[in-house]
Amino acid sequence: MSFLGAIGAAQKEAMDADERVVIIGEDVEANVYGTTGAGKSRKDKGDFLQMYGRNRIRNTPISEEVIVGAAAGAAMTGLRPIVDLSYSSFLYMAMDQFVNQVAKNRYMFGGQASMPVVFRSAMFYGLNTGAHHSDRPYPMFMNVPGLKIVVPASPSDAKGLLRTAIDSDDPVLTFEACQLWGLKEEVEEDEYRIPFGVARTVREGTDVTVVAIATAVPEAVKAADALAAEGVSVEVIDPRTLVPLDSRAVLESVAKTGRLVVADPAHKTCGAAAEISAIVAEEAFDALKAPIARVVTPDTQIPFSPALEKQLYPARDSIAAAVRRVAGARPRELALS
Amino acid sequence: MLRIRRFDERASKMVKRGQIPGTVHTSIGQEAQVVGATMALGDDDYMTGNHRSHGHPIGKGSPLGPLMAELVGKGTGVCGGKGGSLHLADFNVGSLGESGIVGSSIPIATGAALSSKVLGNGRVSLAFFGDGAANQGCLYEAMNMAGVWDLPVVFLCENNQYALSTPAHTVTSGVIAERAAGFGIPGVRVEDGQDVLAVFEAVSAAVERARRGEGPSLVEVVTYRFNEHSEGLRLGVDYRDAAEKASWLEKDPIVLFRKHLVAEGVATDDELDALEREVDAEVEDAFEFSQTSPFPDPSVAFADLYTEPFGPTHLSRDGVQSAEQAHAEIGV
Repeated sequence: MSFLGAIGAAQKEAMDADERVVIIGEDVEANVYGTTGAGKSRKDKGDFLQMYGRNRIRNTPISEEVIVGAAAGAAMTGLRPIVDLSYSSFLYMAMDQFVNQVAKNRYMFGGQASMPVVFRSAMFYGLNTGAHHSDRPYPMFMNVPGLKIVVPASPSDAKGLLRTAIDSDDPVLTFEACQLWGLKEEVEEDEYRIPFGVARTVREGTDVTVVAIATAVPEAVKAADALAAEGVSVEVIDPRTLVPLDSRAVLESVAKTGRLVVADPAHKTCGAAAEISAIVAEEAFDALKAPIARVVTPDTQIPFSPALEKQLYPARDSIAAAVRRVAGARPRELALS
Repeated sequence: MLRIRRFDERASKMVKRGQIPGTVHTSIGQEAQVVGATMALGDDDYMTGNHRSHGHPIGKGSPLGPLMAELVGKGTGVCGGKGGSLHLADFNVGSLGESGIVGSSIPIATGAALSSKVLGNGRVSLAFFGDGAANQGCLYEAMNMAGVWDLPVVFLCENNQYALSTPAHTVTSGVIAERAAGFGIPGVRVEDGQDVLAVFEAVSAAVERARRGEGPSLVEVVTYRFNEHSEGLRLGVDYRDAAEKASWLEKDPIVLFRKHLVAEGVATDDELDALEREVDAEVEDAFEFSQTSPFPDPSVAFADLYTEPFGPTHLSRDGVQSAEQAHAEIGV
């Protein structure tokens, strides 16, 4: 099953299980983004619109602020909306609603409100879509208490985390990397849920911990494979959810390896990598045998030309180089072929 | 109306005496508009408000004690001391929250209407906002969405003619009520917003239309705030014309309605005096409740952020003060 198919499957399961689950967003009726179809059974059953009707599958106007706010108001009064905001950079139009309503209402009303709503958005970075479509904005939202932040990096995770997100009585933002959409793996056909705040150890190792996010996860695995041939054992950890963050898993891994590289496609300043690095520096400084290294996107806007864009995100080579650096190995000896 | 008036008068006094932390915004002068609108709603109907925030939940039937305690920041407050004056909410009466961000609660009310429509529970939702918020884009996004989806929502503009110090006509092009036409929904302007019955009639028509499944309406009510924008605000410049202010003070909605009730033989002066004493006592009780209630325990600063608490990294309780320490610092 593909990453995109897994999202559709999770949505279908949730729609079948609970009539309060509705999907709202731009172009969801026509299944433009591929998550409101019926997958293999589409020919027999049609798409989500035919299966669930217009009351529960709602095409919205292009009005992000009211889409987000209305979903919040609906969630406060009995629905469990899944909002498809398509591109992650469109979330900015609704910043007031995310920050002042979605994140704050439960708290400032003293627990009277619960906010069971999921906001899905896709990050189109690395696909030559230019500055307006290439953002990785999850760190901005990590900075807002009250939101839960999910960044799946595999089809299985995409399905299981989304089911948990829909079950959650708190607002959840999921950031899906489009470069992973085509990724395929065996995905459990039956219902399952992956709890939030539990990291996935993608690969075990003993010399260096690499905490990787989104597309950095498969890149870190490739780097680990290459480094294994050089005698460096790399542990790759995918936090899966950034809020809540499984800091225990990261700290335990660093306690074992003594070295940390964080690979994060978001910008460097105040990014997820910065937060993870700070937690390790605060909590496990004594375990560190080398300075922490961040492999992130430099603080620049994303250029259009492939010649300019491709070099900016964490990739196998840049992650491997950082691992070698913190491992104290001499680059001459460990150069990748 | 009297409940709101006396509550706000007491709150204003409390701010001056330092009994309320922060600031409050009163609805004194605007009670007819608040009550005319909230009386048109049923008990189960939803409502969101704005920074001029006490009248709406009172109009919806929220008890005064927990509201007053919230203004003081007490644990018995309607939001447990987490919201304060700007963010009063009482879900028991359908009050989904006031808002300190101009226009920000309009989409929330629209969403409550969406949930009513999907669930088919017949509830109507009403969004209060001021003439200042009428220039926020989210209102038009909301009117459009509610229009195409026939949502049971009433957009209620409390046009008190000033956005803080800025006269509406200097920042607002055209007539607010007429903006509804662009969305194919009814827009009415209640010129005499000091007449509670006129407001009630207009909002009732909008509520009934929503309840029949015919969709949203915009009701603009022209009114005037008698006090300053915010209690305690001392502006060096007088931005409101003295004659204008005096003429509006003559149109006190409570005085007008009292005259109406007596003239129509609905109530006698004695009965209305007794009613005033009853409301005075109710506000006094609310004040006493707010004073005798305990402040919240400092540890609850970390509660209610999520339905399932998680931490310790994210919700570190290191550095949480003891109740004694915290209460000593705020002079309790």
